[in-house]
Amino acid sequence: MNKVFRDLRNNLVEFLRTFGAFQLFFLRLLKYSPRILVTRPGLVIKQVHNTGAQSLVIIMICGLFVGAVLALQAYSNMSKFNAEDWTGVAAAFALVKELGPVMTALLFAGRAGTALTSEIGLMKATDQLSAMEMMAVNPVPRVLVPRFLGGVFAMPFLAAIFSAVGMFGAHLMGVELFQVDVGSFWQQIQLTVEVSDINEGIIKSIVFGVAASLIAVWEGYNTVPTAEGVGRATTRTVVITAITILVFDFMITAVLL
Amino acid sequence: MGNDSENLIEIHGLKYSRGPRAIFDGLELVIKRGEITALMGPSGTGKTTLLRLITRQLIPEEGVIYVGGVDISMLNQAELYQMRQRFGMLFQNGALLTDLNVFENVAFPLREHTKLSIRLIRHIVLTKLHAVGLRGAADMMPAQLSGGMARRVALARAMVMDPEILIYDEPFVGLDPISLGVIVRLVRRLNDALGITSIVVSHDVEEIATVADRSFLLSEGKVAASGSPDELSIASSEVVRQFMHGMADGPVAFHFDAPGYEEQLLGRDIE
Repeated sequence: MNKVFRDLRNNLVEFLRTFGAFQLFFLRLLKYSPRILVTRPGLVIKQVHNTGAQSLVIIMICGLFVGAVLALQAYSNMSKFNAEDWTGVAAAFALVKELGPVMTALLFAGRAGTALTSEIGLMKATDQLSAMEMMAVNPVPRVLVPRFLGGVFAMPFLAAIFSAVGMFGAHLMGVELFQVDVGSFWQQIQLTVEVSDINEGIIKSIVFGVAASLIAVWEGYNTVPTAEGVGRATTRTVVITAITILVFDFMITAVLL
Repeated sequence: MGNDSENLIEIHGLKYSRGPRAIFDGLELVIKRGEITALMGPSGTGKTTLLRLITRQLIPEEGVIYVGGVDISMLNQAELYQMRQRFGMLFQNGALLTDLNVFENVAFPLREHTKLSIRLIRHIVLTKLHAVGLRGAADMMPAQLSGGMARRVALARAMVMDPEILIYDEPFVGLDPISLGVIVRLVRRLNDALGITSIVVSHDVEEIATVADRSFLLSEGKVAASGSPDELSIASSEVVRQFMHGMADGPVAFHFDAPGYEEQLLGRDIE
């Protein structure tokens, strides 16, 4: 029994230590961010392009099908109450407030997040970060901050693209396939979806962007510098990001409702 | 110790452990200005660890390391980075930045630390690449280079800021005879032409003998022997003789600590 308590205590202490280090790491990134944005904007723009372009195709394909499925489900249920015109509204709410930011963040973690983690992890494993240190170049502002900011800036755009393509998918399904009146489809959305709903989606996508990028960069920077270590870090990035996104989604939704 | 002392690096009473294992236990070592100093020793004696301690990538548990008269453990981050600009380091695997081509790798320290014009940076980089014979590879990516070429590019990058101290971590490992000869000659030529101090970690006894002015043989956390390669080769110490003549068994045991062979084969050790 003593051993169980000792193990529990050790695990708790280890968790708190890691969590504390994680917060300090976040503060370090924030500390360098303004300077990098001002003095090295090119590095950040390159990373926005890298992470954004990497995720764009998968975001668009998934957005299209998620929008189509939402419209399909909405139409099949709404039609029972002769409320087919509300098909677009149901899809729009789900996309703008929930699925747009959440799905984008999950896809981002799987595509760009893993790429960030493995890239930084491999840089560590092949002594590239040590080489920078030896060249008197601090890798935190030079390597980590641009990648972190790249993800933070890319995420709201990707979420917006996901929602826009999703609405196109919903339109294809509702208007083109099920013959819902095109005017009603879009007018109901215009009358029902408010700016505050869009703001909720934007807030979520920014928070998720910070969380997903931060976790990816942290895991990469703290990789055990071996092939196995990079593999494990990459897996952890996806798992931890997914859990964090869903927990944050619940919390933000609860606060903004 | 003054800045103009002939001792560029002094290490006194250095202690460093990894887990329960003591890597250095009261190490004393002096590296003289302008010389090529070789750090040799069997695998696991802490040669690379010592380089990382000298450059403060690691911090000693006890003892002091003076570089140019300055105790490097007392430096804050800004001062440390200032100090590191005096170093150039060639990593064992080259450690080239894989997202930059050869030219940009060599130009990297100049772009980060200076405000030189593009034209001047180009001039300096091409000069350094010419010195290692790879001016023609300026547009290649690191993944396209052989091991020897990557190490030469890394050498060009290490010397692009005209450092005072060049550190080579196992520069001869895994090279074909031609590349090896090129690197050996470069180590000597750069040291003499630029008037720098070089530290070479290697266990390649023959190659190091051709370039080193002074060698230190590390064993069991201390300096087991020091002197010119010729002096080491005729040293009477058993450890030195075993290492210099490549004998399989001796003070450095061939077998890692283990239970008796017969006992283990018969399974008595698990009964």
